[in-house]
Amino acid sequence: MADAGMVIVGAGEAGTRAAFALREEGYKGPVNLIGAERHLPYERPPLSKEAMALAGGGMKAIADAERFEQAGIRLILSAAAISIDRAARKVKLESGASLAYDRLLLATGARPRRLAIAENSRRCVYLRTHDDAEAIRSHLRPGARIAVIGGGFIGLELAAAARMRGCAVTVIEAEKRLLTRAVPAEIAAVLHEAHAKSGVDIRCGAAITAIGGHGDGFSIALADGTSIDADACIIGIGAIPNTEFAERAGLAVENGVRVDARMATSDPHIFAAGDCCSFPLGVYAGRRVRLEAWRNAQDQGNLAARNMLGRQEDFAAIPWFWSDQFDLSIQIAGLVDEGVETVRREIGEGAFILFHLAADGRLVAASGIGQGNAVARDIRLAEMLIAKKARPPRDKLAAAETKLKTLLAA
Amino acid sequence: MPEWIVACAVDDVDEEDVIRFDHDGRTFAIYRSPDDEFFATHGLCTHEKVHLADGLVMDDIIECPKHNGRFNYKTGAARGAPVCVNLQTYPVKVEAGKVMIEIGGRDG
Repeated sequence: MADAGMVIVGAGEAGTRAAFALREEGYKGPVNLIGAERHLPYERPPLSKEAMALAGGGMKAIADAERFEQAGIRLILSAAAISIDRAARKVKLESGASLAYDRLLLATGARPRRLAIAENSRRCVYLRTHDDAEAIRSHLRPGARIAVIGGGFIGLELAAAARMRGCAVTVIEAEKRLLTRAVPAEIAAVLHEAHAKSGVDIRCGAAITAIGGHGDGFSIALADGTSIDADACIIGIGAIPNTEFAERAGLAVENGVRVDARMATSDPHIFAAGDCCSFPLGVYAGRRVRLEAWRNAQDQGNLAARNMLGRQEDFAAIPWFWSDQFDLSIQIAGLVDEGVETVRREIGEGAFILFHLAADGRLVAASGIGQGNAVARDIRLAEMLIAKKARPPRDKLAAAETKLKTLLAA
Repeated sequence: MPEWIVACAVDDVDEEDVIRFDHDGRTFAIYRSPDDEFFATHGLCTHEKVHLADGLVMDDIIECPKHNGRFNYKTGAARGAPVCVNLQTYPVKVEAGKVMIEIGGRDG
């Protein structure tokens, strides 16, 4: 391959994984990894979980500086890529520098959706980066009143962390229940119960009419006439993909940078991976989705790297998510909304798995909740059954004594 | 000094499966391979200290239940991101229907 080298814009999980994958695949040319933050690339999942619970915070680097050096990956941190010259195959940085590429990977991630009604309040905080997490942590003092706007994964994980640090926590969710986007009602109900039991005040179906600052705190007015006073307000109402850089270069964008099953954009020299891109899922007849998930970022970073080197592999992974709240862990494989029927398996100590079946009986998703990693093994096996497009008998799925591994062999 | 201890009975572990074994403040994972051999490793994933016994055994691979880090449980070799540190393994023998592991002198 003619070799100006590889440029990766975005040093999160997808971009960093791709950089290492290029080397693991034997690529010898230049690899440039451009990151917007000043930190070495780090793992984001702990930001709403362990980093909040630990006294000193802490950061889990994806790899230390020595490993980047040994792999010959040039890290360009605190840097912004501002434009792509597609004809000349060059990326221009804000610093004025210009990097030539043979293949370019966009792994620009996503950013928190902002709440318009809170724009005048500088003390409302959002979570995406390590620095955001540190800012949030500084508010989580024992006794502090914390309002969390948004009952999704980020909001609930932070609510649990705040409660465990001794804060008084209120969660404000516009929908009628928590986690409407990706989690079945039965599982959301277990989480609701766990939060309520620990003392989190959950307000579902709540419409915010005003957020006012007074003195050192906030007052959040709801449409039902009540108001919530808080010392700090955390907002977690979803994320929007960072596509502007791709759009300016004239690349196709459709709820994210549009890529094909090989992670290639509308320009064959440019690929995209992770939270910033939308892609077709073969297992669901090519349904186009965008996922904000850690394992997806790894899978797509790996695949993009291989295809940047000329492989012709299609994305075949099954979407997979997890969340930790209090002592509970939930895991979901596949897209729950592909199912029309649910089969429930009890696996002891309150833990259960829901198998989501399509009209033709095909297993399309599985979701589970339990203490610790109680559901992990069954969800992993379900993921393999989904990939195989299996139609397991309903009675076997429901019966805990039937090992899912035997269904996989069937 | 080698120290052999009884971890479990042979029948406590299904074929191609794993169980957790705690001893003296240390935690281990005991595996039974598809070809009916027994193996032992340190009990926690080297990525985030998660108990591997909750994970899935496929052939000679144990997969961490949390982040899908993979190890060859026969050799302890890490098999790709997010794990990059190998897993400690321990000698195993089967005597009179008991699975015994030798843990002397190593960290667990």
